[in-house]
Amino acid sequence: MPIDIDIAYVARLARIDLSGEELARFGSQLGVILEHAARVQDLPTENVPPTAHPLSMTNSFRPDEVRPSLDRSVVLEQAPSSEDGYFRVPPALET
Amino acid sequence: MGSLTDLTIRAAAEALRAGQISAIGLLEAVLGQASRTEAELHGYLTIDREGARTAAEAADAAFYRGDDRGLLQGIPLAVKDNMVTDGVETTAGSQVLSGYFPPYDATAVARLRTAGAVVVGKANLDEFAMGSSTENSSYGPTRNPWNTDRVPGGSSGGSATAVAAGSALGALGSDTGGSIRQPASLCGVVGMKPTYGLVSRYGLIAFASSLDQIGPIARTVDDAVTILETIAGHDPLDATSYRGPVPAFRSDIEHGVEGVRVGVVRELSGEGIDAEVLAAFERTLDTLRGAGADVVEVSLPSTSYALSCYYLIAPAECSANLARFDGVRYGNRVDGGTVEEMMGRTRRAGFGPEVTRRVLLGTYALSAGYYDAFYGQAQRVRTLVGRDFASAYERVDVLVSPTSPTTAFELGARTQDPLSMYMSDICTIPSNLSGEPSISVPVGLDGEGLPIGFQVMAPALGEPILFRVAAEIERMAGFEPLPSEKVGS
Repeated sequence: MPIDIDIAYVARLARIDLSGEELARFGSQLGVILEHAARVQDLPTENVPPTAHPLSMTNSFRPDEVRPSLDRSVVLEQAPSSEDGYFRVPPALET
Repeated sequence: MGSLTDLTIRAAAEALRAGQISAIGLLEAVLGQASRTEAELHGYLTIDREGARTAAEAADAAFYRGDDRGLLQGIPLAVKDNMVTDGVETTAGSQVLSGYFPPYDATAVARLRTAGAVVVGKANLDEFAMGSSTENSSYGPTRNPWNTDRVPGGSSGGSATAVAAGSALGALGSDTGGSIRQPASLCGVVGMKPTYGLVSRYGLIAFASSLDQIGPIARTVDDAVTILETIAGHDPLDATSYRGPVPAFRSDIEHGVEGVRVGVVRELSGEGIDAEVLAAFERTLDTLRGAGADVVEVSLPSTSYALSCYYLIAPAECSANLARFDGVRYGNRVDGGTVEEMMGRTRRAGFGPEVTRRVLLGTYALSAGYYDAFYGQAQRVRTLVGRDFASAYERVDVLVSPTSPTTAFELGARTQDPLSMYMSDICTIPSNLSGEPSISVPVGLDGEGLPIGFQVMAPALGEPILFRVAAEIERMAGFEPLPSEKVGS
């Protein structure tokens, strides 16, 4: 059976501003996909450790050396809005 | 010599060194082929004529000076548009990045340039590499050069199309669940996903970081090796880059398959595979037996769960990776009264339906209360898939299956049903979960004249045996690539 999810809540967490019609459509599609994906729960995995990464790597260190990075103006050129060397965004808090 | 655009990289490299052709002449032939066919195929999002001509002239000047940096010098290649290119627009097929001109090159691209390769342009792809048909590109689909009613596969559909159509001699693709191998299979070219970590992901716009790997698409196994040799190797800019020595890719390539133990994966080569694909697969197994390989059937039971596992892990990682497209640092913005409103509108306008679907799916799978049942369980199943492979490789040297369950399907055939599109990758996904190398080699055509691919998988860093078996299959199959003049005619 398709899985029923609180799609409006998920969309809010994902910061995607969807219309009611879009929420309904994505919600039912996700329910069907999740029904299939939930098959992973059929496999017994007691005492099986999770794999987060295919390589058995531990920490990867490099020397802590100062080296040149991209120029700030070059980076800010790609920003939708900037001011005084900073990225500019609308207010984050109500004033 | 036939058309320059039909040359393999090897043949072009020899002709360049013999003074029979120039890099600029070769590039102009490729650009001419692209001009003739691109309106219909749409393999490229951007063709960088000026940059490519400068690079080709530099390659010719280097040859003249006696400066030879290897087989890729002067060779025109395509780069999938999810790898950043200095000063050349990079969109990853997404509206959210339209007009983005990165200030640096991805490491794999930088290595191509250092080797003297000529980057022709940026190849089309499913938005952020999410898809199996290139129909999810927000700039319009790519069409299969063998039959333009059909998809080229995806997500590296533009790269595979450019190589198959003679609009590049080779290409870079990226493979998260089959995105190099499946389009290579559908377009009748060779596509290879290296061992995870062998090729730097620096500058590859991340989709699912524990699965993504850059690799070559080419007309021959030999050419794929040439590209891989150029891009592989440790990169301090990628913390997941493999630090050990790069395998000697070519060490066994001419050794044939006598005595090689080949395991046929039962779960990937029966149910759900199209009859003609299966018949071509069986014929190839017969030729392997005839050449002295020891072909046995093996079972990897957990691979039946690989698709379900992948569609939790990949969306989970993508939902985290795509958080960076929020209208703040790069890409496009839709204004709003508050920062949250701006981000929500930006992402609504910037992401297409498949990307939105996967971000939502991943957000759900990672959210409080569902994390362990979905994402955590998928990670444990991933361990089981890895164990199944490891235990199979105690008995066999390589594993094989068809690359794709079907040949190229019609545009629009699977766009309304996400799950049916996801099924395109059932044979390729397991190697991404295990992080192991895998290659697709064309072995024949179906009754409609569409290419069929054969997949070879090997253990981590097993590229030498992978290429050895793939080269022998290629030699025995005698697959005829699509002649450039037939494309779009």
